[in-house]
Amino acid sequence: MSTLGTTTFGPSGVPGALGEPTTRPASRRRRRGSTPATIAVVVVAAIWFFPIYYMIIDAFKPSYDLLTFPPQLWPSHWTLSNFQQAFTVNGAGPTVPQPSFLSSLFVSLVVSLVVVLFSVAISMFAALAAARFNFRGRGPMLVALLVAQMVPFAALLIPIFIELNKLGLIFTLPALIIAYVAPVLPFTIWTLRGFVAAVPADIEEAALTDGCSRLSAFRKVIFPLIAPGLVATSIFAFLLAWNDFAYANIILGNSGSIFGGSQETATVWLVSLINPSRVTPWGELFAASLIFTIPVMVFFLVIQRRLAAGLTAGAVKA
Amino acid sequence: MATVEYRQATCTYPGMSVPAVDALDLHIEDGEFMVLVGPSGSGKSTALRMLAGLEMVSSGEVLIGGKVVTGAPPKARDIAMVFQSYALYPHLTVRDNLAFPLKQKRVPHEERTRLVEEAARILEIEALLDRRPRQLSGGQRQRVAMGRAIVRQPQAFLMDEPLSNLDAKLRVQTRAEISALQHRLGITTVYVTHDQIEAMTLGHRVAVLRDGKLQQCDTPRTLYEHPDNVFVAGFVGSPAMNLDRLPFDGTAVRFGEVAIPLPGPAAAAARGAGLSEVVFGIRPDALHPLPAPSANGTPRLSCRVHLVEDTGADAWVHLDIPDGAAALRLVARADARSLPAVGDTIPVAVRVAEAHVFDPSSGQRLGD
Repeated sequence: MSTLGTTTFGPSGVPGALGEPTTRPASRRRRRGSTPATIAVVVVAAIWFFPIYYMIIDAFKPSYDLLTFPPQLWPSHWTLSNFQQAFTVNGAGPTVPQPSFLSSLFVSLVVSLVVVLFSVAISMFAALAAARFNFRGRGPMLVALLVAQMVPFAALLIPIFIELNKLGLIFTLPALIIAYVAPVLPFTIWTLRGFVAAVPADIEEAALTDGCSRLSAFRKVIFPLIAPGLVATSIFAFLLAWNDFAYANIILGNSGSIFGGSQETATVWLVSLINPSRVTPWGELFAASLIFTIPVMVFFLVIQRRLAAGLTAGAVKA
Repeated sequence: MATVEYRQATCTYPGMSVPAVDALDLHIEDGEFMVLVGPSGSGKSTALRMLAGLEMVSSGEVLIGGKVVTGAPPKARDIAMVFQSYALYPHLTVRDNLAFPLKQKRVPHEERTRLVEEAARILEIEALLDRRPRQLSGGQRQRVAMGRAIVRQPQAFLMDEPLSNLDAKLRVQTRAEISALQHRLGITTVYVTHDQIEAMTLGHRVAVLRDGKLQQCDTPRTLYEHPDNVFVAGFVGSPAMNLDRLPFDGTAVRFGEVAIPLPGPAAAAARGAGLSEVVFGIRPDALHPLPAPSANGTPRLSCRVHLVEDTGADAWVHLDIPDGAAALRLVARADARSLPAVGDTIPVAVRVAEAHVFDPSSGQRLGD
């Protein structure tokens, strides 16, 4: 489960904080680090990366090699059978029939993408208003956005559950989407506000005098300039929804339905494989976990440059 | 091309009691180059933005081409604006920046290409068309901003201090190019600057603003030779006009021990108003530190040289005149080939016919 402000690069295994520049300016000379510092970095990186490494290698081990002692740090035999079976193994939750891994991946993807769509759409216009317009309550609204980010994501679970229950939405996909969008909005609005504010007002006014309406000036001029910010906030919203377990388990459980039949998110499906009623299929679990990380890894590989630019560009006025 | 008119146009920002632009009445002829000049906070940029539709008009009207545009959005006014920061679209190439306003007008592609290339040729930026703004120098960006304005052939150009971000040399060069361009295109232009030299060299007429109010609107020569009030007198001209509040005895003012007779109409107006003091104004070029051969009968002041500024083409001498406990200070133009030394006491001839006299309380000009 991810919490606001502590989203990690777990699946990608890239050490370092979010926003670490991926390219170093050519003019900066590399400084020699001290040996103790280098050793410390290697040790911390190894500790951080080891669980991910172990998950990867166990995904390719046959079942009889998974629980050996001492553990094999390098597979003696390689197999792809875990991946094949990940798509056919049944979960061990109470729902009958059990949702498949593929359907749970689909649910996760739909939920995550809808969360991204709603959060970016709402926060984009809210950020524009906060950055460009003066209206009554603007100051308190900005303070409220800042304060709201200080509340841990997990702490909001119970109050959100209660409110969704009152609305009669609990145990539905819309409920889960709302539950993700609500806590992510303060961060996305605040971040995008910085990006919009960094676009000089002159540029928008130039577009107005060049024949644009307010809306078309936003679409043709401001929107392209805040694209890095949109990428950064999209990633944040996507990861929050994709990685989360607690909200998906409590608010949706295994009751979500897209095309009929009970569905659950991939995180809930993965955890449901671990059940005291049977032997845990560790190989399939690790293979499914690895597959679960692939969309995020691919996404990051594709947009990582824009992400870094998005997280740093807003600090420098064009 | 069109006339532009402000009719009692006022802009008062919400929450403010003092208007930023106060009942501005200004008529700009078709094809005229009008410069709005004034110190910071004078309302010149606000007035320009009211014309562009970027600031609200609290009361009064703004007209372009005889049509009231007061409530119209910027895109409906057929104006093109050049901003102080150039406001180029950073995500577009120079070509796309120039084409942007034409695309909004749905100009066909072929015509758009022709107009962009023609504007690029006029401004000599053909080689830059495929670059982005961040790859351009300040002067090049300024040209692209001008190009984006001229490409659509609007009714009026609005320019908000477009030269203020350029270095001094480039500013002088570009100033001349803007003047030539406007003369060539003949489009009504409203130009805002705080630099009175730009105002004097560019405008057919110059409107001087102060605290949101129009002080005087005239040709540069008239503003220089016939300022309507103390503010205009002190603002126009570099170095500024010497302005001193002096005792008036009915015919002359006294610089220390020396009586300088005022021009007839000014003296009569001061007598008629019952003034015992007037503000006496004399431009540095109407003072001569060393008496010219033909200066017989010209009043002379005995002054001590405080500072000499030799700028190459001109030389300016800062002078002190003892006046009781205080000292009056004057700036005079001097012959750069024979400059006095600091500390010297020299006679200074005063061309009284070029003196200006103002009412000390209202600041208004006395006499003709």
